[in-house]
Amino acid sequence: MALVNDIAVWILLGLGSFFYLVGAIGLVRMPDLFTRMHAASVSETLGAGLLLLAMMLAAGWSLNAAKLAVILGILFFTGPVATHALAQAALTAGLKPQLAEDRTRKNGARAAKRGGGK
Amino acid sequence: MFAAATVAILAVLALATIRTLKGPTVFDRVLGANSIGTGAILLLATVGFLTGRPEFLDIGITYALLNLIGTLAVLKFFRYGDLSHAGEEPKD
Amino acid sequence: MRLVSLWIVLTCFWLLMSGHYTGMLITLGVVSAAGTVLLAQRMGIADSEGHPIHLLARAVIYWPWLVLEIAKSAWRVTWIVLDPALPISPTLLRVRSSQKTTGGRATYANSITLTPGTISVQLDGDDIIVHALEKAGADSLEDGDMDRRVTWFEGAR
Repeated sequence: MALVNDIAVWILLGLGSFFYLVGAIGLVRMPDLFTRMHAASVSETLGAGLLLLAMMLAAGWSLNAAKLAVILGILFFTGPVATHALAQAALTAGLKPQLAEDRTRKNGARAAKRGGGK
Repeated sequence: MFAAATVAILAVLALATIRTLKGPTVFDRVLGANSIGTGAILLLATVGFLTGRPEFLDIGITYALLNLIGTLAVLKFFRYGDLSHAGEEPKD
Repeated sequence: MRLVSLWIVLTCFWLLMSGHYTGMLITLGVVSAAGTVLLAQRMGIADSEGHPIHLLARAVIYWPWLVLEIAKSAWRVTWIVLDPALPISPTLLRVRSSQKTTGGRATYANSITLTPGTISVQLDGDDIIVHALEKAGADSLEDGDMDRRVTWFEGAR
Protein backbone atom coordinates (compact mmCIF):
# COMPACT_ATOMS: atom_id res chain seq x y z
CA MET A 1 0.00 0.00 0.00
CA ALA A 2 2.86 2.33 0.86
CA LEU A 3 4.47 1.39 -2.44
CA VAL A 4 1.34 2.29 -4.42
CA ASN A 5 1.25 5.60 -2.61
CA ASP A 6 4.91 6.25 -3.39
CA ILE A 7 4.43 5.47 -7.06
CA ALA A 8 1.42 7.79 -7.22
CA VAL A 9 3.47 10.54 -5.58
CA TRP A 10 6.25 10.00 -8.10
CA ILE A 11 3.92 10.15 -11.08
CA LEU A 12 2.09 13.23 -9.82
CA LEU A 13 5.35 15.02 -9.00
CA GLY A 14 6.70 14.25 -12.47
CA LEU A 15 3.55 15.37 -14.26
CA GLY A 16 3.23 18.47 -12.09
CA SER A 17 6.86 19.49 -12.70
CA PHE A 18 6.35 18.93 -16.43
CA PHE A 19 3.27 21.14 -16.69
CA TYR A 20 4.81 23.69 -14.37
CA LEU A 21 7.91 23.93 -16.58
CA VAL A 22 5.82 24.08 -19.75
CA GLY A 23 3.93 27.07 -18.41
CA ALA A 24 7.20 28.87 -17.64
CA ILE A 25 8.61 28.07 -21.08
CA GLY A 26 5.46 29.54 -22.58
CA LEU A 27 5.89 32.56 -20.35
CA VAL A 28 9.21 33.24 -22.05
CA ARG A 29 8.29 32.09 -25.58
CA MET A 30 4.92 33.71 -26.22
CA PRO A 31 4.86 36.91 -28.28
CA ASP A 32 2.69 39.26 -26.23
CA LEU A 33 1.26 39.81 -22.76
CA PHE A 34 -2.13 38.16 -23.23
CA THR A 35 -0.74 34.97 -24.75
CA ARG A 36 1.87 34.86 -21.98
CA MET A 37 -0.94 34.92 -19.45
CA HIS A 38 -2.44 31.79 -21.04
CA ALA A 39 0.86 29.99 -20.59
CA ALA A 40 1.18 31.20 -17.00
CA SER A 41 -2.29 29.87 -16.21
CA VAL A 42 -1.20 26.36 -17.24
CA SER A 43 1.51 26.37 -14.60
CA GLU A 44 -0.72 28.00 -12.01
CA THR A 45 -3.64 25.58 -12.36
CA LEU A 46 -2.51 22.16 -13.55
CA GLY A 47 1.18 22.39 -12.64
CA ALA A 48 0.80 23.78 -9.14
CA GLY A 49 -2.33 21.67 -8.56
CA LEU A 50 -0.60 18.38 -9.40
CA LEU A 51 2.51 19.29 -7.37
CA LEU A 52 0.42 20.15 -4.31
CA LEU A 53 -1.68 17.00 -4.80
CA ALA A 54 1.50 14.91 -4.86
CA MET A 55 2.67 16.52 -1.63
CA MET A 56 -0.73 15.91 -0.04
CA LEU A 57 -0.42 12.21 -0.90
CA ALA A 58 3.10 12.14 0.50
CA ALA A 59 1.96 13.80 3.72
CA GLY A 60 -0.83 11.31 4.27
CA TRP A 61 -3.71 12.00 6.63
CA SER A 62 -2.17 14.76 8.69
CA LEU A 63 -2.33 18.45 9.49
CA ASN A 64 0.19 19.12 6.73
CA ALA A 65 -2.08 17.65 4.08
CA ALA A 66 -4.86 19.93 5.28
CA LYS A 67 -2.54 22.93 5.09
CA LEU A 68 -1.54 21.96 1.55
CA ALA A 69 -5.24 21.73 0.71
CA VAL A 70 -5.70 25.26 2.06
CA ILE A 71 -2.82 26.48 -0.14
CA LEU A 72 -4.40 24.74 -3.14
CA GLY A 73 -7.74 26.36 -2.39
CA ILE A 74 -6.19 29.82 -2.03
CA LEU A 75 -4.30 29.40 -5.32
CA PHE A 76 -7.43 28.32 -7.18
CA PHE A 77 -9.58 31.12 -5.81
CA THR A 78 -7.09 33.99 -6.03
CA GLY A 79 -5.36 32.98 -9.27
CA PRO A 80 -8.13 34.00 -11.66
CA VAL A 81 -8.74 37.22 -9.71
CA ALA A 82 -5.13 38.31 -10.18
CA THR A 83 -5.12 37.21 -13.83
CA HIS A 84 -8.34 39.05 -14.61
CA ALA A 85 -7.15 42.19 -12.81
CA LEU A 86 -3.91 42.09 -14.79
CA ALA A 87 -5.69 41.61 -18.14
CA GLN A 88 -8.19 44.35 -17.44
CA ALA A 89 -5.51 46.77 -16.23
CA ALA A 90 -3.44 46.11 -19.35
CA LEU A 91 -6.42 46.64 -21.62
CA THR A 92 -7.49 49.80 -19.80
CA ALA A 93 -3.96 51.15 -20.05
CA GLY A 94 -4.28 50.83 -23.82
CA LEU A 95 -2.21 47.73 -24.46
CA LYS A 96 -3.45 46.17 -27.71
CA PRO A 97 -3.35 42.37 -27.92
CA GLN A 98 -1.97 40.85 -31.13
CA LEU A 99 -5.00 39.24 -32.68
CA ALA A 100 -5.60 36.74 -35.44
CA GLU A 101 -9.31 37.48 -35.30
CA ASP A 102 -11.39 40.03 -33.41
CA ARG A 103 -14.92 38.72 -32.98
CA THR A 104 -16.02 41.59 -30.75
CA ARG A 105 -16.14 43.85 -33.81
CA LYS A 106 -18.49 41.88 -36.02
CA ASN A 107 -20.62 40.48 -33.19
CA GLY A 108 -23.29 43.12 -32.79
CA ALA A 109 -23.38 46.80 -33.55
CA ARG A 110 -22.84 47.85 -29.93
CA ALA A 111 -19.20 46.91 -29.98
CA ALA A 112 -18.66 48.72 -33.26
CA LYS A 113 -20.42 51.85 -32.01
CA ARG A 114 -18.27 51.97 -28.91
CA GLY A 115 -15.22 52.18 -31.09
CA GLY A 116 -14.52 48.47 -31.29
CA GLY A 117 -13.16 45.86 -29.00
CA LYS A 118 -9.87 47.67 -28.43
CA MET B 1 12.04 12.58 -5.41
CA PHE B 2 11.24 15.99 -4.02
CA ALA B 3 14.70 17.11 -5.09
CA ALA B 4 13.69 16.73 -8.74
CA ALA B 5 10.55 18.80 -8.22
CA THR B 6 12.63 21.42 -6.41
CA VAL B 7 14.99 21.65 -9.37
CA ALA B 8 12.02 22.05 -11.73
CA ILE B 9 10.57 24.81 -9.58
CA LEU B 10 13.94 26.58 -9.46
CA ALA B 11 14.10 26.41 -13.28
CA VAL B 12 10.62 27.93 -13.43
CA LEU B 13 11.71 30.70 -11.08
CA ALA B 14 14.68 31.42 -13.35
CA LEU B 15 12.43 31.63 -16.43
CA ALA B 16 9.93 33.86 -14.62
CA THR B 17 12.81 36.09 -13.52
CA ILE B 18 13.90 36.40 -17.15
CA ARG B 19 10.38 37.51 -18.07
CA THR B 20 10.29 39.95 -15.17
CA LEU B 21 13.61 41.50 -16.13
CA LYS B 22 12.91 41.63 -19.86
CA GLY B 23 9.49 43.23 -19.64
CA PRO B 24 8.78 44.83 -22.11
CA THR B 25 5.68 46.38 -20.50
CA VAL B 26 5.10 46.83 -16.79
CA PHE B 27 2.27 44.28 -16.99
CA ASP B 28 4.68 41.61 -18.22
CA ARG B 29 6.78 42.34 -15.18
CA VAL B 30 3.77 42.04 -12.88
CA LEU B 31 2.88 38.71 -14.53
CA GLY B 32 6.44 37.50 -14.02
CA ALA B 33 6.44 38.63 -10.41
CA ASN B 34 3.13 36.84 -9.84
CA SER B 35 4.60 33.63 -11.26
CA ILE B 36 7.62 34.04 -9.00
CA GLY B 37 5.22 34.36 -6.07
CA THR B 38 3.47 31.09 -6.96
CA GLY B 39 6.86 29.46 -7.44
CA ALA B 40 7.96 30.65 -4.02
CA ILE B 41 4.92 29.01 -2.41
CA LEU B 42 5.62 25.68 -4.10
CA LEU B 43 9.34 25.95 -3.34
CA LEU B 44 8.56 26.53 0.34
CA ALA B 45 6.36 23.43 0.36
CA THR B 46 8.88 21.16 -1.39
CA VAL B 47 11.81 22.42 0.67
CA GLY B 48 9.70 21.79 3.74
CA PHE B 49 9.35 18.18 2.63
CA LEU B 50 13.03 17.87 1.69
CA THR B 51 14.28 19.08 5.05
CA GLY B 52 11.47 17.49 7.04
CA ARG B 53 10.32 20.80 8.46
CA PRO B 54 6.62 21.19 7.65
CA GLU B 55 6.48 24.57 9.43
CA PHE B 56 7.35 26.03 6.04
CA LEU B 57 3.78 25.33 4.96
CA ASP B 58 2.47 28.07 7.25
CA ILE B 59 4.78 30.55 5.54
CA GLY B 60 3.51 29.19 2.22
CA ILE B 61 -0.09 29.98 3.18
CA THR B 62 0.92 33.52 4.12
CA TYR B 63 2.72 33.94 0.81
CA ALA B 64 -0.30 32.65 -1.08
CA LEU B 65 -2.47 35.29 0.56
CA LEU B 66 0.10 38.05 0.09
CA ASN B 67 0.66 37.19 -3.57
CA LEU B 68 -2.83 38.30 -4.60
CA ILE B 69 -2.76 41.42 -2.46
CA GLY B 70 0.66 42.38 -3.75
CA THR B 71 -0.37 41.94 -7.39
CA LEU B 72 -3.57 43.94 -6.92
CA ALA B 73 -1.74 46.70 -5.03
CA VAL B 74 0.89 47.08 -7.74
CA LEU B 75 -1.75 47.13 -10.50
CA LYS B 76 -3.83 49.68 -8.63
CA PHE B 77 -0.79 51.82 -7.99
CA PHE B 78 0.10 51.90 -11.68
CA ARG B 79 -3.46 52.69 -12.66
CA TYR B 80 -4.31 55.44 -10.19
CA GLY B 81 -0.94 56.49 -8.85
CA ASP B 82 -2.02 56.09 -5.26
CA LEU B 83 -3.33 53.23 -3.16
CA SER B 84 -6.07 55.13 -1.34
CA HIS B 85 -8.12 55.68 -4.48
CA ALA B 86 -11.57 54.13 -4.22
CA GLY B 87 -11.28 52.77 -7.73
CA GLU B 88 -14.82 53.47 -8.91
CA GLU B 89 -13.86 55.77 -11.75
CA PRO B 90 -10.61 56.94 -13.30
CA LYS B 91 -9.36 60.36 -12.32
CA ASP B 92 -9.82 61.90 -15.73
CA MET C 1 -27.59 29.43 10.57
CA ARG C 2 -25.24 31.04 8.10
CA LEU C 3 -23.45 32.75 10.99
CA VAL C 4 -23.13 29.49 12.90
CA SER C 5 -21.67 27.77 9.85
CA LEU C 6 -19.20 30.64 9.36
CA TRP C 7 -18.23 30.37 13.01
CA ILE C 8 -17.63 26.62 12.72
CA VAL C 9 -15.54 27.07 9.56
CA LEU C 10 -13.43 29.80 11.17
CA THR C 11 -12.87 27.73 14.31
CA CYS C 12 -11.77 24.76 12.18
CA PHE C 13 -9.38 27.10 10.34
CA TRP C 14 -7.92 28.24 13.67
CA LEU C 15 -7.44 24.65 14.83
CA LEU C 16 -5.81 23.81 11.49
CA MET C 17 -3.39 26.71 11.69
CA SER C 18 -2.46 26.35 15.34
CA GLY C 19 -1.81 22.63 15.68
CA HIS C 20 -1.69 22.99 19.47
CA TYR C 21 -4.72 21.57 21.20
CA THR C 22 -4.49 22.84 24.76
CA GLY C 23 -7.53 24.14 26.54
CA MET C 24 -6.53 27.75 26.49
CA LEU C 25 -5.61 27.90 22.80
CA ILE C 26 -8.86 26.21 21.76
CA THR C 27 -10.82 28.67 23.90
CA LEU C 28 -8.95 31.57 22.33
CA GLY C 29 -9.73 30.20 18.88
CA VAL C 30 -13.42 29.80 19.60
CA VAL C 31 -13.62 33.31 21.02
CA SER C 32 -11.72 34.98 18.19
CA ALA C 33 -13.77 33.11 15.59
CA ALA C 34 -16.90 34.44 17.29
CA GLY C 35 -15.40 37.93 17.23
CA THR C 36 -14.68 37.63 13.51
CA VAL C 37 -18.25 36.49 12.86
CA LEU C 38 -19.54 39.53 14.77
CA LEU C 39 -17.29 41.84 12.74
CA ALA C 40 -18.40 40.22 9.47
CA GLN C 41 -22.02 40.63 10.53
CA ARG C 42 -21.49 44.32 11.30
CA MET C 43 -19.68 44.85 7.97
CA GLY C 44 -22.53 43.12 6.16
CA ILE C 45 -20.29 40.60 4.39
CA ALA C 46 -21.68 37.47 6.06
CA ASP C 47 -24.49 37.27 3.50
CA SER C 48 -25.27 34.71 0.81
CA GLU C 49 -22.48 36.15 -1.34
CA GLY C 50 -19.80 36.18 1.32
CA HIS C 51 -20.45 32.74 2.71
CA PRO C 52 -22.45 30.78 0.14
CA ILE C 53 -23.27 27.56 1.96
CA HIS C 54 -26.33 26.99 -0.21
CA LEU C 55 -24.02 26.33 -3.17
CA LEU C 56 -22.09 23.55 -1.48
CA ALA C 57 -24.19 20.66 -2.84
CA ARG C 58 -23.98 21.94 -6.41
CA ALA C 59 -20.28 22.76 -6.04
CA VAL C 60 -19.56 19.08 -5.43
CA ILE C 61 -20.88 18.41 -8.93
CA TYR C 62 -19.64 21.56 -10.68
CA TRP C 63 -16.04 21.67 -9.41
CA PRO C 64 -14.97 18.20 -10.64
CA TRP C 65 -16.34 19.09 -14.07
CA LEU C 66 -14.36 22.35 -13.97
CA VAL C 67 -11.18 20.54 -12.91
CA LEU C 68 -11.59 18.09 -15.79
CA GLU C 69 -12.13 20.99 -18.18
CA ILE C 70 -9.00 22.73 -16.83
CA ALA C 71 -6.96 19.56 -17.34
CA LYS C 72 -8.22 19.13 -20.92
CA SER C 73 -7.49 22.68 -22.02
CA ALA C 74 -4.16 22.76 -20.16
CA TRP C 75 -3.18 19.71 -22.20
CA ARG C 76 -4.02 21.56 -25.44
CA VAL C 77 -2.10 24.68 -24.37
CA THR C 78 0.86 22.50 -23.40
CA TRP C 79 1.22 21.18 -26.95
CA ILE C 80 0.85 24.66 -28.38
CA VAL C 81 3.68 25.90 -26.15
CA LEU C 82 5.94 22.97 -26.99
CA ASP C 83 5.26 23.14 -30.73
CA PRO C 84 8.29 24.76 -32.42
CA ALA C 85 5.98 26.66 -34.79
CA LEU C 86 3.93 28.13 -31.91
CA PRO C 87 0.54 27.72 -33.69
CA ILE C 88 -1.47 30.35 -31.84
CA SER C 89 -4.39 32.31 -33.23
CA PRO C 90 -5.34 34.82 -30.53
CA THR C 91 -8.99 35.77 -30.63
CA LEU C 92 -10.97 38.37 -28.79
CA LEU C 93 -14.62 37.44 -28.40
CA ARG C 94 -17.73 38.43 -26.55
CA VAL C 95 -19.79 35.82 -24.71
CA ARG C 96 -23.16 36.38 -23.09
CA SER C 97 -23.48 35.36 -19.45
CA SER C 98 -26.99 34.20 -18.63
CA GLN C 99 -26.48 34.23 -14.84
CA LYS C 100 -28.82 36.34 -12.78
CA THR C 101 -26.73 37.09 -9.69
CA THR C 102 -23.45 38.97 -9.62
CA GLY C 103 -21.94 36.02 -7.78
CA GLY C 104 -22.95 33.70 -10.60
CA ARG C 105 -21.46 36.03 -13.19
CA ALA C 106 -18.23 36.27 -11.21
CA THR C 107 -18.16 32.46 -11.02
CA TYR C 108 -18.52 32.26 -14.80
CA ALA C 109 -15.80 34.85 -15.44
CA ASN C 110 -13.46 33.17 -12.97
CA SER C 111 -14.15 29.75 -14.50
CA ILE C 112 -13.24 31.15 -17.92
CA THR C 113 -10.03 32.61 -16.54
CA LEU C 114 -9.16 29.47 -14.62
CA THR C 115 -9.34 27.40 -17.80
CA PRO C 116 -5.99 27.78 -19.58
CA GLY C 117 -6.39 29.17 -23.07
CA THR C 118 -9.17 31.61 -22.22
CA ILE C 119 -9.04 34.73 -20.06
CA SER C 120 -11.96 36.99 -19.24
CA VAL C 121 -10.62 40.45 -19.91
CA GLN C 122 -13.52 42.73 -19.21
CA LEU C 123 -17.11 42.68 -18.01
CA ASP C 124 -19.48 44.75 -20.12
CA GLY C 125 -23.02 44.59 -18.81
CA ASP C 126 -24.24 41.06 -19.40
CA ASP C 127 -21.36 40.29 -21.71
CA ILE C 128 -17.88 39.06 -20.91
CA ILE C 129 -15.05 39.98 -23.25
CA VAL C 130 -12.73 36.99 -23.50
CA HIS C 131 -9.25 36.62 -24.91
CA ALA C 132 -8.68 33.13 -26.28
CA LEU C 133 -5.33 31.65 -27.23
CA GLU C 134 -6.67 29.86 -30.31
CA LYS C 135 -9.79 29.87 -32.42
CA ALA C 136 -10.81 26.37 -31.36
CA GLY C 137 -10.96 27.46 -27.73
CA ALA C 138 -13.04 30.49 -28.68
CA ASP C 139 -15.45 28.24 -30.61
CA SER C 140 -15.94 25.84 -27.73
CA LEU C 141 -16.62 28.75 -25.38
CA GLU C 142 -19.20 30.17 -27.78
CA ASP C 143 -21.07 26.85 -27.62
CA GLY C 144 -22.15 27.99 -24.16
CA ASP C 145 -21.75 24.68 -22.34
CA MET C 146 -19.88 26.30 -19.44
CA ASP C 147 -22.43 29.15 -19.34
CA ARG C 148 -25.29 26.66 -18.91
CA ARG C 149 -23.43 24.78 -16.20
CA VAL C 150 -22.61 27.92 -14.22
CA THR C 151 -26.23 29.06 -14.49
CA TRP C 152 -27.28 25.72 -13.08
CA PHE C 153 -24.59 26.02 -10.40
CA GLU C 154 -25.77 29.42 -9.23
CA GLY C 155 -29.28 28.00 -8.83
CA ALA C 156 -32.61 29.38 -9.93
CA ARG C 157 -33.07 32.49 -7.83
